[in-house]
Amino acid sequence: MFRAALTSALVLFGLVANFVAADEPFIIVQSTTSTQNSGLLDFILPGFEAETGIEVRVVAVGTGQAIRNARNGDGDVLLVHAKPAEEAFVAEGWGIERRDVMYNDFVIVGPGSDPAHIKGMTDAAAALVAIANAGAPFASRADDSGTHQAELRLWQSAGLDPTADSGTWYRETGSGMGATLNLAAGMGAYALTDRATWLAFANKGDLAILVEGDPRLFNQYGVILVNPEKHSGVRAGAGQRFIDWLTGPDGQAAIASYRLEGQQLFFPNAR
Amino acid sequence: MRDLMPDMPNRLEISGLAIERKGRVLLDVPRLSLDGPGPTLILGPNGAGKSLLLRCLHGLIQADRGRVLQDGLDLTADHKARQAMVFQQPVLLRRSVAANLDFVLKRKRLGRSARKARIADLLAEGGLDGKARQSARSLSGGEAQRLAILRALALDPETLFLDEPTSALDPSATQAIEAMILRASDRGVRIVMVTHDVGQARRLAADIVMMQGGRVVEHGAARQVLEAPKCQASRQYLAGWLVT
Amino acid sequence: MQNFASEFSRAAQLVLTGDPDLWAIVVLSLQVSVCAVLISAVIGMPVGAALAVARFPGRRALIILMNALMGFPPVVVGLLVYLMLSRSGPLGVLELLYTPTAMIIAQTVLVTPIIAALTRQVVELLAEEYSEQLRSLGVSRLASVPTLLWDARLALVTALLAGFGRAIAEVGAVIIVGGNINHVTRVMTTTIALETSKGNLALALALGAILIGIAVAVNAMVSALTLRAEQEGLRHA
Repeated sequence: MFRAALTSALVLFGLVANFVAADEPFIIVQSTTSTQNSGLLDFILPGFEAETGIEVRVVAVGTGQAIRNARNGDGDVLLVHAKPAEEAFVAEGWGIERRDVMYNDFVIVGPGSDPAHIKGMTDAAAALVAIANAGAPFASRADDSGTHQAELRLWQSAGLDPTADSGTWYRETGSGMGATLNLAAGMGAYALTDRATWLAFANKGDLAILVEGDPRLFNQYGVILVNPEKHSGVRAGAGQRFIDWLTGPDGQAAIASYRLEGQQLFFPNAR
Repeated sequence: MRDLMPDMPNRLEISGLAIERKGRVLLDVPRLSLDGPGPTLILGPNGAGKSLLLRCLHGLIQADRGRVLQDGLDLTADHKARQAMVFQQPVLLRRSVAANLDFVLKRKRLGRSARKARIADLLAEGGLDGKARQSARSLSGGEAQRLAILRALALDPETLFLDEPTSALDPSATQAIEAMILRASDRGVRIVMVTHDVGQARRLAADIVMMQGGRVVEHGAARQVLEAPKCQASRQYLAGWLVT
Repeated sequence: MQNFASEFSRAAQLVLTGDPDLWAIVVLSLQVSVCAVLISAVIGMPVGAALAVARFPGRRALIILMNALMGFPPVVVGLLVYLMLSRSGPLGVLELLYTPTAMIIAQTVLVTPIIAALTRQVVELLAEEYSEQLRSLGVSRLASVPTLLWDARLALVTALLAGFGRAIAEVGAVIIVGGNINHVTRVMTTTIALETSKGNLALALALGAILIGIAVAVNAMVSALTLRAEQEGLRHA
């Protein structure tokens, strides 16, 4: 009885555990959480998959980690948002060519009480200075993601180094955008976030957009094929087809048509 | 008291056997020869070294000094394979009654049908018919010890060691087990058994080894030891004194 | 604040209506964790039993190490397995990264020490009881391993369940080596992590409740099987 149960369990799971459907072509896209959490990829990918029969498997992590994973060869296509890091990736030979895909913008969100009085400001750097002067809590991704890199560039242009105050008003979460927003909502902190993730985020609590519209809050997404000369396993053909589609008329139109609660989240700008 | 029965030579000898722990002598037996067909009963108070002696004879314990000889040769694995032992607390496998016997029979490389027939015989011998499929751990104390003896007998041993097999049992269970032991002895199995029960020695023994304080104080035919003990300690123990 | 009640009822609806995406996730979670536990059992039980009966220098140290490995951080395991399976790693040519197989490997690494350590404990106790009897029957220490494992089977089920609990509840390792790819490597725990990061806290909680429900169901099933084996199954032993 006992032995029989064990054996049948083994056999059963041995059979169904035969997961890997190897014959179906697929590519792995190392991407960033904002494209996934906002629902964009779930919306546009079925179109590409239906047209080409190529399955797109998305690994959504921070931009920094996505780039490192791609450098290890653990992905065929990179779709992220940190232009300087992307250009370095290509310059070092890890990627073939970087192409613009789409953009949206970052916003500074914060609690309704707004202790630093930044609501309505259009100068993001000045807003950060106000937050720092007020010593109001600010939640930073601190995970080398695209958003984190953008945040650091903003602090730099404000002439401040907030990491000196890490642990006091400057809170480094070391987590993804969602986790950081959850934390900000919980403790009434300010945070920098991309607009797409913000709109799709369901646990806003008391948080609201306080600063937007500064040109420095521009958030550009780029796509890169991982160099097959660096890693022979890279599915270059299928990866290139995906990039061509994404930057071509069909992909661009699909991106433009994605809306959440009536709002367009990403604006195609491939050239 | 049993008549001595002519049999194949099956002589167990001890020479210069000694075990010490922390300077205390647990066992010190310069000479002992067990060559009758038995049953041999090793009698004495608790702590006399009876169980230790039995384990040395079965090769479960290696003495610090001395030798155990079977028919003049040092005890080998081959000899041990022709011995079996039943413990004070029966150690039964967590399986059915039949599976406990089968475990031993499989080691003897018997075929399936031969094993089945043998199990039926053994169960009948131990009065456990009908209990084959019951969990061995659910048997009563007496039944469990009977199964332990059957399992030992399934090895077809030339010598069967028993270490106080009835010490935790009531009279009727004891009676059934003593009957099994006598039947085995009658079939020619050499019995060497430890007890502290003088009455049991009187009922079963052909010869008796009296022990006290790790030493053999007397060894002789049962009638002689029981009715005319030579040694003071034996006399006191047999008279029912609380010898320690 | 979002409406927790409505989110919970939404999650309950997903379950009750047999939402195919959700059920695929549940089934994949079970497949991965059950496979990992079975492989861990095949490795861990003999190792644990051998450690229980064998006597050699360094044995104590090995047992301490094994007990310590029971608390190995899943993220570290995930990282190690990632480094092995990455295209830049030694096993990169196998192309196993971001597949369920990678998740099974990671969970196996996590669960094997648990099963081995618990087996060692259970078997050592039993070996103490059986030792003289088995030696009397001429069974050597190592040869006694299968006997001890079989006779400890009911206690070992608990070890399996402990391993399963660790595997099915773990997120740190599978999210690294599986990548949380929709329809490929997304399991219960990585879904919960994803929904939490989207701020869908109530949905994440509801999924957590389902996870607990699965754990309870598996435990109840195994417990019922064990009980039956205890009561009647012995006759087939």
